[in-house]
Amino acid sequence: MKTRRDVLKIGGIASVSVCVSWVLRPLATEAEKVANPPRSASTGTYNPTEHQWRMVIDSEKCIGCGLCAKACKQENKVPPEPYYFRTWVERYVIKTSGKATQELRGETVVDSPNGGIDGFAPSSIPAEQVLRSFFVPKLCNECDNSPCTKCCPVGAAFESPDGVVLVDKNYCIGCGFCVQSCPYGCRFLNPITRSAEKCTLCYHRITKGLWPACVEVCPTGARIFGDLKSKTPDNPVRRFVKEKKVQVLKPYLGTNPKVFYAGLDKEVR
Amino acid sequence: MKIPPQISRLLLLTVVIVLLFMSAKTILVPVSFGQYGWYRGQALKENSSSGIAFAGHEACEECHSDIVKRKAGARHKGLNCEACHEANAAHAEDPNVSPGKITNPQFCLRCHVKDFAKPEKFPQVDAHEHAGKDACGTCHDPHRPSESPAK
Repeated sequence: MKTRRDVLKIGGIASVSVCVSWVLRPLATEAEKVANPPRSASTGTYNPTEHQWRMVIDSEKCIGCGLCAKACKQENKVPPEPYYFRTWVERYVIKTSGKATQELRGETVVDSPNGGIDGFAPSSIPAEQVLRSFFVPKLCNECDNSPCTKCCPVGAAFESPDGVVLVDKNYCIGCGFCVQSCPYGCRFLNPITRSAEKCTLCYHRITKGLWPACVEVCPTGARIFGDLKSKTPDNPVRRFVKEKKVQVLKPYLGTNPKVFYAGLDKEVR
Repeated sequence: MKIPPQISRLLLLTVVIVLLFMSAKTILVPVSFGQYGWYRGQALKENSSSGIAFAGHEACEECHSDIVKRKAGARHKGLNCEACHEANAAHAEDPNVSPGKITNPQFCLRCHVKDFAKPEKFPQVDAHEHAGKDACGTCHDPHRPSESPAK
């Protein structure tokens, strides 16, 4: 049973602690600055509000070499098991339809052995059964209306001011809600850090003025990357959206992906 | 007017609860939370702080201008060095670190193996039909595939 005296004591302690914490607040800011020093002078300080990063995919150019998926794992230290991917490549095979049916296009077969990291061996489906076949690189769609950031209970999933959906690894509790909510299957729980992980457009590279690793190694220019706020007149992303007929994955979900694709077939999900 | 004791006690309790809440909030909420939105602003810096494995083509081209020249106008002009030569940030940082060699004879086939899923115009071969047992490098200079490698 608490007496009035106890309550007053607690109140007093609380008031003091508020005062102390307000006094210590600037110190905490200092501590955070020390823990995360600004980057070296050569690259200057990065201001996220001055950029707007975009990746767009010209899937007609993809040859399925899988160098992007391989580079991504290497650059971002993604666990080697064949079910952890930040980016991967899918091979679509659309079969011819039987003569008896009214369908114009037959069954769709999708494969992605080890995410395409080791490249693709020629398909085992006999060529005479194939109507169309093509590769589609997949990555986080950086949705403008992203389900993953909405369902995070602790504010660890967010969209940065420069247009990238990121994970705060130190704040993620590993509940996996975001993994379930992503309709594109772009997230996973890292078994070592126990944190949700996803494509960051190589945030640690783009903030240093480098290209994402997948764009760096793509031999055919199927992955195009740029800054919408860049002042250079020839912006590859702007040129792409001007010249190509673009679409997004699963538009009916209303997630408003910011990763645009050119040359997708209707079967691509 | 004198405040009745039951009211003043309630007021005191309210003040104590508000103060407790504020102090808990100050202590528990990270400093940079809300800097840009409903997350820690500091997380942006943490995300950008990890090291790189791929140096990027600009770093390669600083020293290897001869290769850039050789590649110019060739079919492989659009390829960045690290597409084939693997991640080499360590070599770019310190040229004494060996960049490593492409030893896998199957490497070229990663791109050039025949597959109906590839764009039709992309050069693709059945290796046995095309070259028998010869390695790709016998006839093709990887930097300028239309020409034979310099002897």
